Amino acid sequence: MFRRSLNRFCAGEEKRVGTRTVFVGNHPISETETYIAQRFCDNRIVSSKYTLWNFLPKNLFEQFRRIANFYFLIIFLVQVTVDTPTSPVTSGLPLFFVITVTAIKQGYEDWLRHRADNEVNKSTVYIIENAKRVRKESEKIKVGDVVEVQADETFPCDLILLSSCTTDGTCYVTTASLDGESNCKTHYAVRDTIALCTAESIDRLRAAIECEQPQPDLYKSLGPENLLLKGATLKNTKKIYGVAVYTGMETKMALNYQGKSQKRSAVEKSINAFLIVYLFILLTKAAVCTTLKYIWQSTPHNDEPWYNRKTQKERETFKVLKMFTDFLSFMVLFNFIIPVSMYVTVEMQKFLGSFFISWDKDFYDEEINEGALVNTSDLNEELGQVDYVFTDKTGTLTENSMEFIECSIDGHKYKDETQEVDGLSQTDGPLTYFDKADKDREELFLRALCLCHTVETKTNDAVDGATESAELTYVSSSPDEIALVKGAKKYGFTFLGNQNGLMRVENQRKEVEEYELLHTLNFDAVRRRMSVIVKTQGGDILLFCKGADSAVFPRVQNHEIELTKAHVERNAMDGYRTLCVAFKEIAPDDYERINRQLIEAKMALQDREEKMEKVFDDIETNMNLIGATAVEDKLQDQAAETIEALHTAGLKVWVLTGDKMETAKSTCYACRLFQTSTELLELTTKTIEESERKEDRLHELLIEYRKKLLHEFPKSARSLKKAWTEHQEYGLIIDGSTLSLILNSSQDSSSNNYKTIFLQICMKCTAVLCCRMAPLQKAQIVRMVKNLKGSPITLSIGDGANDVSMILESHVGIGIKGKEGRQAARNSDYSVPKFKHLKKLLLAHGHLYYVRIAHLVQYFFYKNLCFILPQFLYQFFCGFSQQPLYDAAYLTMYNICFTSLPILAYSLLEQHIHIDTLTSDPRLYMKISGNAMLQLGPFLYWTFLAAFEGTVFFFGTYFLFHTASLEENGKVYGNWTFGTIVFTVLVFTVTLKLALDTRFWTWINHFVIWGSLAFYIFFSFFWGGIIWPFLKQQRMYFVFAQMLSSVSTWLAIILLIFVSLFPEILLIVLKNVRRRSARRNLNCRRASDSLSTRPSVRPLLLRTFSDESNVL
Amino acid sequence: MTWSAAARRAQQPDNTAFTQQRLPAWHPLLSAGIALPLFFCAGLAFLGLGLGLYYSSNAIRELEHDYTGDAAGSCTVCAAEGQGRAPPPRCLCAWHFTLAERFPGPVYLYYELTDFYQNNRRYSVSRDNAQLSGLPDSLRHPTNECAPYQFARGLPVAPCGAIANSLFNDTFTLWHQRQPGAPYVEVPLDRAAIAWWTDYHVKFRNPPLVNGSLALAFQGTAPPPNWPRPVYELSPDPNNTGFVNQDFVVWMRTAALPTFRKLYARIRQGNYSAGLPSGAYRVDIAYNYPVRTFGGHKLLVFSNVSWMGGKNPFLGIAYLVVGSLCIVVGFVMLAVYIRYQDQDDDNDNDEE
Repeated sequence: MFRRSLNRFCAGEEKRVGTRTVFVGNHPISETETYIAQRFCDNRIVSSKYTLWNFLPKNLFEQFRRIANFYFLIIFLVQVTVDTPTSPVTSGLPLFFVITVTAIKQGYEDWLRHRADNEVNKSTVYIIENAKRVRKESEKIKVGDVVEVQADETFPCDLILLSSCTTDGTCYVTTASLDGESNCKTHYAVRDTIALCTAESIDRLRAAIECEQPQPDLYKSLGPENLLLKGATLKNTKKIYGVAVYTGMETKMALNYQGKSQKRSAVEKSINAFLIVYLFILLTKAAVCTTLKYIWQSTPHNDEPWYNRKTQKERETFKVLKMFTDFLSFMVLFNFIIPVSMYVTVEMQKFLGSFFISWDKDFYDEEINEGALVNTSDLNEELGQVDYVFTDKTGTLTENSMEFIECSIDGHKYKDETQEVDGLSQTDGPLTYFDKADKDREELFLRALCLCHTVETKTNDAVDGATESAELTYVSSSPDEIALVKGAKKYGFTFLGNQNGLMRVENQRKEVEEYELLHTLNFDAVRRRMSVIVKTQGGDILLFCKGADSAVFPRVQNHEIELTKAHVERNAMDGYRTLCVAFKEIAPDDYERINRQLIEAKMALQDREEKMEKVFDDIETNMNLIGATAVEDKLQDQAAETIEALHTAGLKVWVLTGDKMETAKSTCYACRLFQTSTELLELTTKTIEESERKEDRLHELLIEYRKKLLHEFPKSARSLKKAWTEHQEYGLIIDGSTLSLILNSSQDSSSNNYKTIFLQICMKCTAVLCCRMAPLQKAQIVRMVKNLKGSPITLSIGDGANDVSMILESHVGIGIKGKEGRQAARNSDYSVPKFKHLKKLLLAHGHLYYVRIAHLVQYFFYKNLCFILPQFLYQFFCGFSQQPLYDAAYLTMYNICFTSLPILAYSLLEQHIHIDTLTSDPRLYMKISGNAMLQLGPFLYWTFLAAFEGTVFFFGTYFLFHTASLEENGKVYGNWTFGTIVFTVLVFTVTLKLALDTRFWTWINHFVIWGSLAFYIFFSFFWGGIIWPFLKQQRMYFVFAQMLSSVSTWLAIILLIFVSLFPEILLIVLKNVRRRSARRNLNCRRASDSLSTRPSVRPLLLRTFSDESNVL
Repeated sequence: MTWSAAARRAQQPDNTAFTQQRLPAWHPLLSAGIALPLFFCAGLAFLGLGLGLYYSSNAIRELEHDYTGDAAGSCTVCAAEGQGRAPPPRCLCAWHFTLAERFPGPVYLYYELTDFYQNNRRYSVSRDNAQLSGLPDSLRHPTNECAPYQFARGLPVAPCGAIANSLFNDTFTLWHQRQPGAPYVEVPLDRAAIAWWTDYHVKFRNPPLVNGSLALAFQGTAPPPNWPRPVYELSPDPNNTGFVNQDFVVWMRTAALPTFRKLYARIRQGNYSAGLPSGAYRVDIAYNYPVRTFGGHKLLVFSNVSWMGGKNPFLGIAYLVVGSLCIVVGFVMLAVYIRYQDQDDDNDNDEE
């Protein structure tokens, strides 16, 4: 709120000015010009919501914006103002409690945010002031200050690059935390100031910068190459000087920062629905009572009997007003039916319950030394409700730790130890491959692998006096490159690192070769290749290029690419990532030209990107293909088992990947997303030939597939889940371009039609693979599925920055703490180290959380209906006078003390099915799908149970009171004893009902259940044992003790508790009998299942895929 | 929301039973094997208790008489006289009854009122507990809840409030005629200890005496409008007057339901400690309390009590019903259980 208003304030200022003028170093340009100090924001980042001063009013305001809290506030105010049956304390105290707890929680969270802000704001930066380096806190930076930033530091604000330590005024920057792109970007200093690379010279600079006012568009402004954005990190450059132009909340990062939108779980929606029902019940009760009251009072002696005269004031009040206050009074009397404490309990359950995820040591990963992380506790139960799982491939299903598998040099296949050539396996001895290709070519190929990359080395100096042979660690943004360098090492060529612009490579003869790195033509997603230009010791200039097959093949001149091509295709089928390597020799004259062109392009002020691209394009032609590499992205541990379990659990798993179809498909087979029996439906550019009739063909295919599927599943969607196990399984493959064709095809009515048909097909398929997806398309798909009929719950899991959009879009977003940075994990709701953890997270944790919270919600409504119904019934016997049945203390304490802890403990600890069983039998997950426990049926059951019990409590006691006396000394009980008997039965019944439901009795459950009952008894004795000086009415004095002195009361209490619980006990027993036989059936089925489980060996699956899979 | 991040950053989770949700736990399963014996046991126990309760309830004798006066009876005159007026004039009537056999003791005498809403909210809050506990300050300044019985003729009402004002003021005396023709002998009614001990001894206190006189203590207060005499003259017995009058204390404990009984006296003295011997009896009623204005009735009840209190067939019958229900359900369950068991056995056989 504050932030937004601040922005608006700043924005208001902008409109007046239009552009802003920044004086470098805050020196006016000339004496003559008047220096008008513009007011800019300081460099403070404020993500916190409150300050110490505004916390109380602001927090209260925010809290009372919640409907429920507001409702309770209204009730409280009604109690304060109107003459109501219960004192304001009864609803004020719980409300105060709720508000306090929430305020403390929010205060704590805000304190954390303050701490995080301070970390940023108080970080030290160096500012050049009066030719000196001055150390300052980041928040003190003013617009116009010259800031010095060193390598691997993040920029403290948006800077204009004045100069860098390199002579050409460039610096490298990663914007990983801004847009998720982890590659290095080159930024260029302002031409005129390139030379000013000392503090003194910078300080002498007198300049003004005219720039536009801050605007949030990240991409539009990333263009100016001399703007360095706050949040980006300086890389590979020692230090730079820059002048601050946008600071604090006006930086691009702050303008782009948006809090994650609140995700609401399905359970929460159910709670709201129940609330409405109960609110309706409440209003009905109040209305009924008010009406009956006035009907009853129409007889004069009922309205005002001689023993109960009205006061003068009461007589004079208008009847309508009286009716209204009566209505309000009844509402207050019955308001406990909507429990304040439910919100606290639900919040506490979620908050405390989420710890079990982060505590789970099964989620702990030795490698990264981290466990699961819970970023929001609001969605715990949603984990048990997932219908669709969208998963990324690279880094999620696969390790994203690349391993060099084989290479092909000049059409000869190289593999470790044994190699297969064209399918014929020859068990040649090791090292025989040296004969395969020309030795020169082979060395050239390996040198290319060693040189053509952006890998850096890190030496581990752990060992004293380490020589050059010390362990080398390679660092790179791309794991593929590391795998390639390591692969080359395996064949004898070791990359030793960069020294003074020289790349050092140790060859097979242990000689160190040195190459001068002239240019790096960086990788980009459009070219899909990268190149280096190096100069050998002999003075030859070589260009090495590696890239995707499609990007390299058209640019090589030799015509013997067929063999390599075959290898590449074969490798791609096996699920390997392939790269082709090419080289070309550049004549010195040519190099002169190229060099000039490159520098020119780099220095260009306008359209630099296009110019560079054009130069690259020119250079990377007429190359010679040397070979290809195959790198395996290993499947993650137990990825296949996890997918299989998810399938069995009735979840639909969709793989959304940016990878190419063949690779993705084979990964899907490997992780058993597609079984060998799965019939594949393909909607790809391949099946829809590149023709004018693209749309017609698409249409045909869609119709055909639909017919096929509808034929197969004639039944309704409900039985589909069960049908899966028996019917033919279908898988769908679609690629990005086809998807956009379906979604965005011409605006006529048919496009809509395509989409529906497509969705129909998708819903009938067990597995869907979407390849060649852009990040935004991933989110698009998730949104599409989210909006399906019945709004299924979606879960997205991914590890990279390209998955963030889909993680944010889906109901539950899960981040993998992967190798591609923490973008995904940071934006997710939950993050786990590995894909396999999803199984336990959903099947065990999700299931349990759902059951726990669903039971919690139902129980809460149940116990409060039980509580209030006797009070309602009592109105019929007290002349509708709003006489409360229970004492005020009981009314207040019922939800807070007597019945709160058992259900909280239950909702934290309950395991109605053991965790191990849940994970080992995924089918159990289906039982709770579709919010099964909060549907109308269970809700009605609980409501009727509550109504039954409430009636039993009241009328049981009512008939008990049809006697002269309940005591053997003939003394008589009053109305408070009546209420106390009902209340005692009530507390015992609802607590024992929970005890009956509890299937997992830890000592905590024992403690809170029996403890609560004991506390009730203790409290009642205590409450009735003393004349409380601050109470007006000593209603409860000795009532409880007196009540217990009667044998009849004891017998009645026992009987009523038993009768109330009787249907429940009966049901449980019946269920158990049924479950027993069900389990037997299950066991026998499982036994037969286990026989048919396929072995999980990968090659077998792959072979079956390539040979037998029945692709449409 | 980063609490969990802050709480445990990059360290291995504790491997305790609690954090791993593997606390040792008891998994009770209410299987048919447990439930069936439970049903039968509970059923039998309930039946036994029910029978006991039923017979003790049946053994209790109750004798009640409606003396409101709308039917024929000696109180008709009084009822007609008192119609619509409060306070009504003193009127005496009598109820004659004959006991053919002994009415076993100890005998308790109750009065019962019907359609009298002591549990009406406005009525039941219309009292000042501070005043009743003898605080002199509250005696002079009764709480507002007492309105319209807060002040009378400018003086604070003591005891204030609707409950006190409507104190039941019929009085009864019991006479026994041993032989026909013999004179009636008064049966002593024990009016002491009819209220709760704690109410009488702790909750209700007279204000501190002034010069040893209760009357002076109440000086400056007015009696409730319906009362013919001030509160300190409720009884000549100094231990039973003022706020600590037994009748008053009993009345002040508001009843739960509109039809209620309140204890009037116990008969346990002299020859009558073992009960009322057979013979003719007469109850002399001082008919003061108007109930016909609100359609209520007044009853006089003689009852004896047992260990379970007064006569109440409900508890016995309820126990009997629940007990037999348990047993019936037990048998049904047994049948179901056996059927499933058979099926399971069949399944077992199939598996083999």
